[in-house]
Amino acid sequence: MKVEVKHRKNKLGIVGWIGGGRFGAERYAYALHRLTGLGILAYFLLHIFVTGSRIGGRQSWESAMANFKTPLFKFGEFLVFLAFAYHALNGLRLIITELGFMLGKAQRPVFPYVTSVHRQRPLFIGLMIVAAIIIIFGGADFYFI
Amino acid sequence: MSETSAPEVQSSDLKVIKNVTFEILRYSPEKDEAPRAQKFQVPVIKGMTVLDGLLWIKENLDASLAYRSSCRMGVCGSCGMFINGLPRLACNNQIVHLNADTITIKPLPNYNIIRDLVPDLEGFFDKHESIQPYMIREQVEELNNPTGEFFQSPDELVDYIQFAYCIKCGLCLSACPTVATDDNFIGPQALAQAYRYNVDSRDEGAKEREEELYSSHGVWRCHFAGACSDVCPKGVDPAFAIQLLKQNMFMQKLHVHKQKPATHVIPWVAEHIPNEKIPKAPERTVK
Repeated sequence: MKVEVKHRKNKLGIVGWIGGGRFGAERYAYALHRLTGLGILAYFLLHIFVTGSRIGGRQSWESAMANFKTPLFKFGEFLVFLAFAYHALNGLRLIITELGFMLGKAQRPVFPYVTSVHRQRPLFIGLMIVAAIIIIFGGADFYFI
Repeated sequence: MSETSAPEVQSSDLKVIKNVTFEILRYSPEKDEAPRAQKFQVPVIKGMTVLDGLLWIKENLDASLAYRSSCRMGVCGSCGMFINGLPRLACNNQIVHLNADTITIKPLPNYNIIRDLVPDLEGFFDKHESIQPYMIREQVEELNNPTGEFFQSPDELVDYIQFAYCIKCGLCLSACPTVATDDNFIGPQALAQAYRYNVDSRDEGAKEREEELYSSHGVWRCHFAGACSDVCPKGVDPAFAIQLLKQNMFMQKLHVHKQKPATHVIPWVAEHIPNEKIPKAPERTVK
């Protein structure tokens, strides 16, 4: 006789991208990479919609542009720049590691284990510092220069 | 015949160091609509693992507590649980080392719960099976009726031995953020095993595994979050294996990846001829 077993679902879902445990920084970099990717995609769609307003003539274009001079949109534009800087430099790290660089070589596992995640960490930290510098200079250019 | 005596157990070793609260997520499919937390007070002695704590609860407080365990020494991979914010083996973590007065234990995330701390690993093993985790050779006859051994050098062994240490505990899938949202993602464990066989100099199955590995739910779904490698209790480093699979695919597309021919068969050694340069082993002390 087959017994019907009621299993409880326990998938983390999107919450699992950010939460779900006390993991290393790369796991949060993964979540941020996805979020910034989606943000840039949303901006891209908005960008096409706005530039499409040119079809409606000069007045339509100028009124669309006037909307984007408000502080809120300026901040939004800075967020897009921030997302772009992070996404580009973290993406560079992913390309480098996906091609097998900076990961070390396969070896016999000896405790305490040193994994490829540890070996690529200097690259991760270095690129994040570059991203931070770009964001700081970009922010200064947005608001103060 | 010589006798070896077991080391004496000091009475101080059995002294209760402190009491720790075990907060365990319980779920009974017959009674509960949703999982519920239950607390137990556990006296801790030196060297006691989380699994020892669970065994103590089952023996002394609540016999209905369900969890999987077997070897108690980090080899069988049965006791994977979500302990204090990380997927870990209960037998591989001493309570004192967790440095907490409350230990929160939940079933592994990303798997359905069968009961209490018992996850349903059926899908996990299906994925493992899907990548054909065994030696594939064109000479099927040689596999079925071997006339010798497939040659392998120590250097060739090092290429895959790290990935062969997998104990199939399932911790890597519960840590993986891609598995959290994609049911069909093959997952770090199976992908690492695919690499383990692909890179084995005796195997010729890389082509047969290609379709599964490079599908839309294969290696390219991994974005190197690295959590699988962080939680692996055996140092298998599945994230590394997945990046190497991507590298191999990329090199194949550029036609610069040279697949080495599988190693040849060397016949059985008919008679053992000892090497005179190697000194003889001493006489056995235990007979």
